[in-house]
Amino acid sequence: MSYSLAELMVCAASRVFDRDGEVLATGIGLLPRLAASLAMRTTNPDMMMTDSQSFVLSSPNPVSGLASHEGQANENWMGFARIFDNVWSGARHALVGPSQIDRFGQTNISALGGTYQQPKVQLLGMRGFPGNSISHANSFFVPQHSTRVFVAGECDVVCSIGYNPERLPRGYRLEDIDIRSVITNLCVMDFLGDNHQMRVVSLHPGVSLDEVRDNTGFDVAVVDGLAETSAPTAEQLELIAELDPGNARAKQIKGNPPGRREAVEESA
Amino acid sequence: MDKLVSASDALSVIKDGMTIGIGGWGPRRKPMALVRELLRTDVKDLTVIAYGGADVGLLCAAGKVRKVIFAFVSLDFMPLEPAFRKAREAGDIEVMEIDEGMMLLGLRAAAWGCPFIPTRIGLGTDLLSHAPDIALVESPYDEKEWVAMPALKPDVALLHVTAADRRGVCEIASPDHYMDDWFARAADHTIVSTDNIVDTDHYANPDVARRVYWERNCTQAVVHMPGGAHPSSNDPLYGFDVAHYKKYGELIADGGYQAWAEAFLGASENDYQSAVGGLDAIQALPKPVY
Repeated sequence: MSYSLAELMVCAASRVFDRDGEVLATGIGLLPRLAASLAMRTTNPDMMMTDSQSFVLSSPNPVSGLASHEGQANENWMGFARIFDNVWSGARHALVGPSQIDRFGQTNISALGGTYQQPKVQLLGMRGFPGNSISHANSFFVPQHSTRVFVAGECDVVCSIGYNPERLPRGYRLEDIDIRSVITNLCVMDFLGDNHQMRVVSLHPGVSLDEVRDNTGFDVAVVDGLAETSAPTAEQLELIAELDPGNARAKQIKGNPPGRREAVEESA
Repeated sequence: MDKLVSASDALSVIKDGMTIGIGGWGPRRKPMALVRELLRTDVKDLTVIAYGGADVGLLCAAGKVRKVIFAFVSLDFMPLEPAFRKAREAGDIEVMEIDEGMMLLGLRAAAWGCPFIPTRIGLGTDLLSHAPDIALVESPYDEKEWVAMPALKPDVALLHVTAADRRGVCEIASPDHYMDDWFARAADHTIVSTDNIVDTDHYANPDVARRVYWERNCTQAVVHMPGGAHPSSNDPLYGFDVAHYKKYGELIADGGYQAWAEAFLGASENDYQSAVGGLDAIQALPKPVY
């Protein structure tokens, strides 16, 4: 059975919500949202999701081809102010795509380079990252695994708290921080290495450990019994097609490559 | 009390150096007609507090802003607001960059007359390194350090709603009223523009009365501005204008604020609406789907 890299990543990312139970899952961006929707339809039916606007739904909306919000499966009103009530309770898991991630799991979506007064590139701003990171579980989705994302030093602007002992607030332990998984176009990782080191958990079909290492700006640990990322099942692929009838997922990863490479390439 | 006034009369309270809170969120239900009227004045050195979109971008591009208090400035489908980005990359403006939820806490503190609200938000991040005005405090109840989010008090708030009566009772029929209620409660003086002016008995329907999120004594001026949120949305009346935002992005990139102003701003809201295709075209913009 053939499947795309985007579909493989969506299936892998959906598994980050497996053990969450009744939490509000927020996937920012089309593939993360599709991953959360798939989780709600498969491994975690107790999960909660919104319409990306102001209602919690009892069943997720499709991520493409929706003509109107009329008739969607509203469960409760959930305006943005009320989202924060939920965020600060801790009952949320966000799957987001930072521009930079460092070895501590700190991230950046604010600005790149230059000085803070005059950045070389202004990005979005910190948005909800500071509050999310100290309040609830967070996972990261990286469409292009590279040393530009996984930076050698600290992030240019640290927007979210990570496992950095130097920045740990008084009265907190590193265990109070909850960074779960990182899904990239090459592999799945977590932060369960020694001292919360980022750790490769599975490699996508045809990807070598060297390729991951060459494209990461810091040392990564490797799980015992390193496996291949599970291929999507027929049921998952059917649900993905139902949740994304417009096939918007095909436009998310450059060139929409297949999930299983033809042959193992030499690492660069 | 009749609070219905013209945009220029309403905005005459805004003086150089004031702090202005602007409601809405990104490209949604922004009081853009009021912002445009502000662009036609000589006011400068403003501090702007907003969940920012083109409101923040235009005020920065026009050189009216000394400082922006923000968590993001974005048009959603265009993630990076072009004019704000340009102003930041030129090093033109002072910023206080905070978390989205922190802004809500700052407005609440101002509304409640508290100097600060304690929160965990910002701990361990550069938010604190880059915002020296935000202090850490000890708790009398635990051993942790807490961020003391200071009150964010606008001198004037600018908001846009679905309907208002002449006494300042405001209805927001959109799916979300965002933090507009907290801007209204926090500000010394709140100016509301509205698509519709209604009689007070409009609110006798309890479903409508539930869409009133702050009391009329929080609203000091009402301005009748049909289509006044354009190019942002005022769901359910009209959606945001994707084509216009793209044009705006091109003009800002190529010719800066002057290019946009010459093409669209005009001397009045009537001029502006003619330049963007008229009120009927605005009201026909399809509702956003996410």
